Amino acid sequence: MRYEAPSSLEQAVGLLAAATGDARVLAGGTDLLVQMRTDILNPELLIDIKHIAELREVKEEGGVFRIGAAVTGAELKEHPRLTSVWPGVVEAANLIGSTQIQGRATMGGNLCNGSPAADSVPALIAAGAKASVVGPNGRREIAVEDVMLAPRKLSLTKGEIIASFVLPAKAKGSADAYLRFIPRTEMDIAVVGCGIALTVDANGAVSHARVALGAVAARPLLVEEAASALIGSKLEDAALRILDAAAGAACKPIDDKRGTKEYLIKVAGVLARRTAAIAYERARKS
Amino acid sequence: MAKHHITATVNGDPVEFLCEPQETLLDALRDQLHLTGTKEGCSTGDCGACSVTVDDRLVCSCLMLGVEADGKSIRTIEGMAQGDELHPLQQKFLEHAALQCGICTPGFLVAAKALLDKKPDPSETEVRYWLAGNLCRCTGYDKIVRAVLDAAAELRGA
Repeated sequence: MRYEAPSSLEQAVGLLAAATGDARVLAGGTDLLVQMRTDILNPELLIDIKHIAELREVKEEGGVFRIGAAVTGAELKEHPRLTSVWPGVVEAANLIGSTQIQGRATMGGNLCNGSPAADSVPALIAAGAKASVVGPNGRREIAVEDVMLAPRKLSLTKGEIIASFVLPAKAKGSADAYLRFIPRTEMDIAVVGCGIALTVDANGAVSHARVALGAVAARPLLVEEAASALIGSKLEDAALRILDAAAGAACKPIDDKRGTKEYLIKVAGVLARRTAAIAYERARKS
Repeated sequence: MAKHHITATVNGDPVEFLCEPQETLLDALRDQLHLTGTKEGCSTGDCGACSVTVDDRLVCSCLMLGVEADGKSIRTIEGMAQGDELHPLQQKFLEHAALQCGICTPGFLVAAKALLDKKPDPSETEVRYWLAGNLCRCTGYDKIVRAVLDAAAELRGA
């Protein structure tokens, strides 16, 4: 195996595009090194992207946040502006693993690892984040919900790297939240994850919403019917019942050790209600 | 494949070593630098026995490559005591009998020091969450938590 640590995106893309064998991008390594260790992966080339400035920075310009794909969870948590503007995104990223894992794990890696249960992904989808992708043909932006296609399968083409995530400027009265359900208090893989971002108007009614679910299908889902249930409401019981049903209906879970299909569908509805309540309270106070 | 020549700082001392690209930082510390205080537990980032700090950030050394350590400042359990004088965390672990078989202890100490360096007055809940990535298979968690809280109080001069 060869290890390269390029200092520019152009060099990284060049290495990745020119690779003839299996080449992997190394960010935090918390999934990749485990997969190498357990012989799931045996790459010929590792490209360490942590020496590329854009990938390691959090920048705010005109209310738009650009989060480098290789910024760690611990660094996100220590960014006071990001934590106050996008608490749901930061909470989600901070749910990944232990303190030690937080010291290395990144949102770029969490997405590109291609797990349906990745915690930061539903939060990014709810936030309306775009992945800024750089490849041999230049740069393009992809909605985060369109990056992962199926377990371990991404829409990125050969030579492409996620450089950063772009979070849109937040409208007045907006907020986000993320909740994950696991059977213990922490350090587990999501049974269900739910990210919700919403905007509340001057009368306290929801004027805009995005609802995303993780771990309940082959990839994280943007659930438009669940968002529609919230619009125009002040989270009255009737609206929450429709939200609950829409979230459950969107699930295409499998029976596995985390629970039965019926259980995951039930939890998705409950979690959507609870997440919506947190986002709504934050939005009203913002 | 050619080995990489790595220059780093370990416990404040400059070090150089050669490592294969796939070699973990844990293996480099133990096998190249002969710093065997850092333990190998699960090798998959679940148990925290291999905890070290890299540029003051707590990480699992089994989930980092040796080549990634180039130019970094690493701190291990070997850097905790000052000569014969134990760090207050080490002393409190002894006083509280916060170890049984001992293999998780270096990881717990390094992780606990990283917490106290950042937050000198943690609550018990904060200690428990911070140390959730360190597993003790003798299950002596309660004494470990008491020892960390006691050491924190001593370090604060309380």
